[in-house]
Amino acid sequence: MTEARLMKPQRAVGIIGYGAYVPMYRLPGAEIARVWTGGGRGPVREKAVAGLDEDTITIAIEAARNAIARAEILPEALRAIWVGSESHPYAVKPSATLVAEALGATPYLLAGDFEFACKAGTEALQAAMGLVGSGMGDYALAIGADTAQGRPGDELEYTAASGGSAFIIGPAERAVAVCMGSLSYVTDTPDFWRRAYQHYPSHGGRFTGEPAYFHHIESAGRALMEELALTAQDFTYAIFHQPNVKFPGRVAERLGFTEAQIETGLLSGVIGNTYAGASLTGLSAVLDIAKPGDRILLVSFGSGAGSDAFAWELTERITACQDKAPHTADYIKRRVEIDYALYTRYRGKLRD
Amino acid sequence: MEAKVANDWRLRGQRYRLEGERCGHCGAAIFPPRDICPECGKPAKTPAPLSGRGEVYTFSTVYNAPEGFEPYTPYTVALVKLEEGPVVTAQLTDVAPKDVQIGMPVEMVTRRLRTHGEEGTIVYGYKFRPRVGA
Repeated sequence: MTEARLMKPQRAVGIIGYGAYVPMYRLPGAEIARVWTGGGRGPVREKAVAGLDEDTITIAIEAARNAIARAEILPEALRAIWVGSESHPYAVKPSATLVAEALGATPYLLAGDFEFACKAGTEALQAAMGLVGSGMGDYALAIGADTAQGRPGDELEYTAASGGSAFIIGPAERAVAVCMGSLSYVTDTPDFWRRAYQHYPSHGGRFTGEPAYFHHIESAGRALMEELALTAQDFTYAIFHQPNVKFPGRVAERLGFTEAQIETGLLSGVIGNTYAGASLTGLSAVLDIAKPGDRILLVSFGSGAGSDAFAWELTERITACQDKAPHTADYIKRRVEIDYALYTRYRGKLRD
Repeated sequence: MEAKVANDWRLRGQRYRLEGERCGHCGAAIFPPRDICPECGKPAKTPAPLSGRGEVYTFSTVYNAPEGFEPYTPYTVALVKLEEGPVVTAQLTDVAPKDVQIGMPVEMVTRRLRTHGEEGTIVYGYKFRPRVGA
């Protein structure tokens, strides 16, 4: 059965353009702790908070514009736009059609939304690789973006953040990062959920660790490296889903990666957990500074639960494309600190 | 509600991506699209994208907002002179009113403009913000 685990399209594909977006407002963990526990700190230093006029669609649009600027293709060349998120602004009405219209990509394309908690974006990425890899289209855009909400006072409130990244998949000969192979690992694991009409999600507390996050990321990451006959030492960088800072550090160690390999793509300490945007924004940050020949392992995690693992190898094209759009770091340093009161206004937590 | 939906839908190109027109006679960039060139008076119906880059020509801060925009106060409305020539009236975003200056370089972003109540549509459109990473 092992030959069936690896996913690799018949036509070689890769990333031909990428882009990130992170809102400018920051809520420090110490500020949340001040309000709810009388002091102390949170699991991340601070998190990115969307402004009053931002949501998953606006985040997706800006990340996608950056991806198009780097890919240097006409938006009309896209045959699919898929937006992965757990915070689509509408319950019914696709985010992707609006994103497509804003990019000028309409009307001859697929457009739809993916949902799989924090791995909705990498799910879209797998699908985009399938579409391009089968020859159904030459270019497909996959986006992971979220404006995640935590219940006031809940531990998730420290990390639930806003941001996202977009990736244009195209033929390998045009790629800045060629996909060496991918693999997905999914089980039904109820570690985190949100029922219909509820504002805030619920979670299984400590259950979110070993049987959920660690089991899925380790299984997917290990299997992909086995399939490709690679070890941690064969990669320059690794990016894991980042619900906090501790988890990705621990899973990296278990898979044999060093701190130096993960620090570039580990952004949760300064922007929080951007859910479907989290591991993908880590990938954007790595692509911003990586060099031809570098290899990158990316393993997402989505509650419910599953992981998508990808191995990328960078081409000569990466260097010329990096400065064609703002870097992930440009957005991160655009920092405006807010207090808890302003946060409750920006995120609509005050209700009549 | 239906009338609002249809009107918003008709404006989606110009609102979401700042799509203007280019006059085939005198070459002028036109925004908003109006099918007649304001420079030479001849028909101009060719859609043309604008770069979205410009600078603040003048501005004013709104404290008493019209219906639908109350949740966003205080906010700044500016006349933005685009690189291609047209002057656009738009909200500024991601900038505190006290930090806005005439001549400030700005770029277009697509943001939420308003909602039609709790059950109606969400209206998206162009705003301008200080340029990032430029």
